[in-house]
Amino acid sequence: MSSLLSSPVLSSLPFSLLSSPLSFLAPVLSSLLSSLLSSPLSFPLSCPLLSPFLSPVLSSLLSSLLSSLLSLPLFSSHTSSPVLSSCPSSLFHFSQRFTTVVPESCMLILLGLVLGGIVLLTSKKQLYQLEPGLFFLFLLPTIVGDAGYFMPARLFFDNLGAILLSDVSLCSDQKVQAGLMEFLLFGALISAVDPVAVLAVFEEVHVNETLFIIVFGESLLNDAVTVVLYKVYMSFVEVGPENVQTADYFKGVASFLIVSIGGTMVGLIFAALLAFITRFTKKVRIIEPLLVFLMVYLAYLTAELFSLSAILSMTFCGIGCNKYVEANISQKSRTTVKYTMKTLASIAETIIFIFLGISAVDKSKWAWDTGLISCTLIFIFVFRALGVVMQTWVLNWFRLVPLDKIDQVVMSYGGLRGAVAFALVVLLDAERVPAKDYFVATTIIVVFFTVMFQGLTIKPLVNWLKVPRATNRKPTINEEIHERAFDHCLTAVEDIAGLNGYHHWRDKWEQFDKNYLSKLLLRKSVYRKSELWEVYQKINIRDAISVIDQGGNVLTSARLSLPSMASRASFPEVTNVTNYLRENGSGVCLDLQVIDNVPGAKVEEESETHHFLAGNLYKPRRRVRPCQHCHTDRQRQDREIFQRNMKSRMETFKTTRHKRHSHKKDRSDVKEQDLNDKPRRNVSWQDKDPVVVPVESEDEKGEHLEPEKEEDVGITFVARKVPDTPKERPKSVPAGLEVCQSPSVAPPSPTCSERNLPWKGGIGTLPVCVSMEATKIIPIDLQQAWNQSISSLESLASPPGPVEPLHPLLSSSPLLSSPLLSSPLLSSPLLSSPLLSSPLLSSPLLSSPLLSSPLLSSPLLSSPLLSSPPDPQEKRERKHLSCLTASLI
Amino acid sequence: MGSTNSTLSKIPNVEELMQETGFTPAHIVRLYDRFEALDKEKTGHLRPQDFGAINRLAMNPIGDRIIGAFFSPGQETVDFHSFVRILAHFRPADKKHPKDPSMPEPVNSRTSKLKFAFQLYDQDKDGKISRAELLQVLRSMLEMQVTEEQLESIADRTIQEADLDKDDAISFEEFRKSLEKVNIDHKMSIRFLR
Repeated sequence: MSSLLSSPVLSSLPFSLLSSPLSFLAPVLSSLLSSLLSSPLSFPLSCPLLSPFLSPVLSSLLSSLLSSLLSLPLFSSHTSSPVLSSCPSSLFHFSQRFTTVVPESCMLILLGLVLGGIVLLTSKKQLYQLEPGLFFLFLLPTIVGDAGYFMPARLFFDNLGAILLSDVSLCSDQKVQAGLMEFLLFGALISAVDPVAVLAVFEEVHVNETLFIIVFGESLLNDAVTVVLYKVYMSFVEVGPENVQTADYFKGVASFLIVSIGGTMVGLIFAALLAFITRFTKKVRIIEPLLVFLMVYLAYLTAELFSLSAILSMTFCGIGCNKYVEANISQKSRTTVKYTMKTLASIAETIIFIFLGISAVDKSKWAWDTGLISCTLIFIFVFRALGVVMQTWVLNWFRLVPLDKIDQVVMSYGGLRGAVAFALVVLLDAERVPAKDYFVATTIIVVFFTVMFQGLTIKPLVNWLKVPRATNRKPTINEEIHERAFDHCLTAVEDIAGLNGYHHWRDKWEQFDKNYLSKLLLRKSVYRKSELWEVYQKINIRDAISVIDQGGNVLTSARLSLPSMASRASFPEVTNVTNYLRENGSGVCLDLQVIDNVPGAKVEEESETHHFLAGNLYKPRRRVRPCQHCHTDRQRQDREIFQRNMKSRMETFKTTRHKRHSHKKDRSDVKEQDLNDKPRRNVSWQDKDPVVVPVESEDEKGEHLEPEKEEDVGITFVARKVPDTPKERPKSVPAGLEVCQSPSVAPPSPTCSERNLPWKGGIGTLPVCVSMEATKIIPIDLQQAWNQSISSLESLASPPGPVEPLHPLLSSSPLLSSPLLSSPLLSSPLLSSPLLSSPLLSSPLLSSPLLSSPLLSSPLLSSPLLSSPPDPQEKRERKHLSCLTASLI
Repeated sequence: MGSTNSTLSKIPNVEELMQETGFTPAHIVRLYDRFEALDKEKTGHLRPQDFGAINRLAMNPIGDRIIGAFFSPGQETVDFHSFVRILAHFRPADKKHPKDPSMPEPVNSRTSKLKFAFQLYDQDKDGKISRAELLQVLRSMLEMQVTEEQLESIADRTIQEADLDKDDAISFEEFRKSLEKVNIDHKMSIRFLR
């Protein structure tokens, strides 16, 4: 079951939304189903049980949902074994091959057939009916709403002329096929190209967007035409053909105009209303998605109420409000709206197609007439093709880019009939239309034929004709800018040439929109924003996400070749950024836990990435706050979040580290491990001296927790803490060292407990502020800093050593100035762990806040950052350190 | 058609012009009428201020650049032939007549459309869109909607993205490459009325 669902095609665009909840439900359902299968009679019984508790419509919706969910396991069980959870891989392969050929809609109908057959066998009576109410009130709106809301508005209006024309002409073609009123009626309903079917098939085929929008837009608007024609003929039939006068035909045309235009107007009014309301939802973000759904649905219902074209109303409501609503509502609401709509639409689609299948099984409903069916099939095909050819011929007089023959073929072939026609025909009143059963049968066959046969063959056809496919490539910033410039350019040229063409009107509309509509419908904050800037930000965010996802080694591999460029410029074939990254990337990961396992060759590259990221990520914040001690609440909050984050990561990091290398304590060892992941014992000077100075872990912990509570970071930690909490000094620290433990002791500042840095007044020469350079973490800087720190430590070793040097060191050392210093490391288990007994840490020097500060064990240190200095340098440092410790101890 | 012929006869070398630009006689006549309407002083030449008289053009953010594109360097006026030749850039490519290899590249080809767009950016005609030039265009297109800093970051990003030889400017080749996926024929064409 789950394997079936995770097969590539089933999880294609609309279905991927369904598949996750489905696969989640799968185990539950499969167990339920197996019990149901063992006693087939209980299955039909389970549904009527629900009905007393729920309103009929709801229960039918529920049961249909259930059936749609159940039918999928049924399907897989049907093809292989009833034990669904043990669905073997053979089924997976089978379904994979199967689903690449068969479109989803066909499969759903097949499922419906199977399900309907089972139900019919067990209960001798068709339980599930596609009720018109259900269809028109719940299923259709979700599909149309989704389509309308996400319709690319510009494309739609670019091709509006084509859509309108094809729409009307194709529909009117159809009714010529029969003279009788009833056949007229039938012609009207059967001629409707169905948005559901078209959407389902065309989305899978991925034809280019012009073609898609023409066929799909046509099918959407078609509905209006069909429904109106249907109603007109219905009334004609009711009156009786002999009573219809000529005037009635004109009335019919008039009512068509009224219904479609009225529907559009209702939609636009609701769109404006919705956009206007969302302007004021800043405080109640939670209702935004609901508002969108309700208003769009309300547009549908209102139009239906006045018997205007509800579908047109909904479509235009979606198209109209999209721009403003999307700008007004929050990002989360946008995502919610998007996914909920898509999910609902695909559920509705699934249900409709399954119902189609189910209804087809029921023999009582339909009567077979070979002549009628074959005639209808031939006629719809011929007329569709004729209509398309004629209408494109007219259109190409006006179109900038003419529709060529291939487009025409696909357009005529893409005229799939679907659920709308089916629902309409089922709706027919059997008393008024005696031939209803024939019509139903014919419609079902036509729908089956178009969806199955044409749906199956359209993909090979499109391939064979080499129809340009759609690429779901996001435009680059270059394209965005240049296309905007082109638009302006064309408008200007039209003005110069004195043509009031398309661009002229669009420009006028844009001016109007900018001056009035946007002002009225958009939030003030949004109104100011520029679209191009938004696009720019989006592209940047996309890049950032892919960089982070892939561990960011794109940045190092080609020096700031951002993914979107790389994919375009040098790898035009690879449209997918992540694919490109996966191919070229080495799977470098910034996750601290993984670092240990990264082979040495990667380390340098990784460290570069790290510098780059660190340098760039922290910079903006520093820029705002050049001075360490003047921070706002927000920054504090940011830092707290960051600290918490790092804390948890460090916890896990530490525990894993401890398990593996319990002896590991000092930075050189950590570094070594990062370099080539092999334990280094022979050189380790820390193993030699077993002197254990018991450091109270509780004390340490408390000491280190404190600064965190005080929300302070970086340099101030060292400087301020000591005067504040003198008791925290490890007892074992020699007096001489105590003096130099921190420079802050030196300046006799009475105000040291305050926020102001104590050395501020005392030693003016010290660079207190963290400079921009300091925040950039560059290996060279690091080396220097480290060397400096070593030398200063050496000077520390001689008791009356200068206090000052420590300070610039601290502030210039990128490591220390990074927020990591204040990181939760301080409270990390490390300090309280038995590891403390390792000589280095327990040495008095290291128990000074400077060195025992978690920096040494901080992720930065263990990260490849430190491994970047070349080897000789490293050795020298090590020697330094060992000398140092030796002299100390 | 009588008026068409009489108008055409007023234009010197009209055959050659039609051959070169691909406009039909009806197009030419229509454009000639427009030219006359713009040419208020009936000198047979248009000056920049004649273009400036078009109201809507004044509102166009890159209107002055378009006007500038009509005047070849050093010239103060444009005659009808050049006028038509410039406009011919925006004629949609005709698919019906396959390209004749012996003929020179038509003025409405993809490359020449792109060249036209390129020179709108490249004001100093050094064959490169520098950062400053890009910034100017962006500034005029975005007006007051974004801050200068945002503009600069957009410009930087744009150049970074298109710049293949890392000279901090977009050459024509790079410009063409960056728009490789765009249907220029669609985006840079207008429908001339017959």
